Amino acid sequence: MLSTADLKTKIEAAIPGTTLKLVRESLLLENPNDLLKVARFLKESDLGLDYLSSVTGADYLTYLESVYHFYSMAQKSGPVVLRVRTDRQNPQIPSLTALYRGAEFQEREAYDMYGIVYEGHPDLRRVFMWEGFEGWPMRKDYQQEDSETLEMADVAWLENQGVKVPEPIKAKAEELEKQGKRALAQKPGQPEPQ
Amino acid sequence: MAFSPNASQVDDGLKSELAKKGIVVTTLNQLYNWGRRSSIWPMQFGLACCAIEMIATACARYDIARFGAELFRPSPRQSDLMIVAGTVTKKMAPQVVRLYNQMAEPKYVITMGACSIAGGPFIDGYNVLRGIDRYIPIDVHLPGCPPRPEALLYGLMELQRKIDGQEIETTEWYQKGLKREYPIPDFGPHGLIPKFNPEVWNPRETENRKERYGEPILIGRKDKAPNLDLPPAPPRSAAPAPAAPPPEPAS
Repeated sequence: MLSTADLKTKIEAAIPGTTLKLVRESLLLENPNDLLKVARFLKESDLGLDYLSSVTGADYLTYLESVYHFYSMAQKSGPVVLRVRTDRQNPQIPSLTALYRGAEFQEREAYDMYGIVYEGHPDLRRVFMWEGFEGWPMRKDYQQEDSETLEMADVAWLENQGVKVPEPIKAKAEELEKQGKRALAQKPGQPEPQ
Repeated sequence: MAFSPNASQVDDGLKSELAKKGIVVTTLNQLYNWGRRSSIWPMQFGLACCAIEMIATACARYDIARFGAELFRPSPRQSDLMIVAGTVTKKMAPQVVRLYNQMAEPKYVITMGACSIAGGPFIDGYNVLRGIDRYIPIDVHLPGCPPRPEALLYGLMELQRKIDGQEIETTEWYQKGLKREYPIPDFGPHGLIPKFNPEVWNPRETENRKERYGEPILIGRKDKAPNLDLPPAPPRSAAPAPAAPPPEPAS
């Protein structure tokens, strides 16, 4: 198995125009559009990295990242870690499903949690959260609902079901509605060090 | 359902004396409740790791059959007891409420483990319900993570005590117009709608966690991320690096 630095020079020599960067023990692909070419090289060259073990997302506040772990079943080598970065506003990365069928659900998971759009994915929809869920819950700026405070949607739903909602709870929900706010969760801060 | 001990008007000593002569004195309530509590049929479903302990409780070593509750039924129509064993995720909660609604009267619920009581370690998660008691009434709360099989047996014995205290004349399921079915929550854009059912559960007046831990911060919002260009930080458990040796004095 080549070292990460040797792998970098090998890939860059084989695919002209590709620039990689060493990040800790992994390779960062500078241009996401080269991803399919690089993955195809990893799979079909003598490296024989035929098994894509994991596709994950990560949020680094200023950018989103998709991380790939490649192994070779034939040569019993790996992992080769490949990172691809994309911006937060319009995160788009080419899908590897055409090359590695196993990437399908993992890309769906990364889409579900981080909102990374994998272009060319055959069936990109939520996998853990339900249809109609809004937001990307694993992103660092995700704001969670406050599960102790009812909002007007809850009150209307309950009254539609014939459940009587106590007055203070209803008044609170109406006030939130008037202010145009959502009830957001608050979590206690860290305990004081003893 | 409030707990009340099964009070008999016949003196216990007299009963014991009569029993020695081969005469058994009982009441209809006692007989009826003895029959009911000795054949509780739990529902066969588990949600997470607590279910493994529930299975262990049903197996030979702990043997829930000693308490007459060995017949795990795969249908809610045939079961008396729902053991909510494991984490109730928001995606699973509607199905749990639906199962409760489909059970025949009289029905009882044990929440097994910290997750089904209040969300457990996942209480601040976006995906886990903070306790199934938000939607259905609970008879016995059984803390633990997960509870040992002995604890589940103890919870079952507590439920039996509760059943022993019920009376035929006043039980809810013989009264007219009883409808112990609760609305099944829907999936909303940010979580379940409604967040809880105020018929069953209401938020606590005081926020104990806030009082204990001080000023709150927003869940999920994080403003720190590792910088990958720097070398990784040493693990927190590592011993502090030895101090650098003093520089050689310039000669």
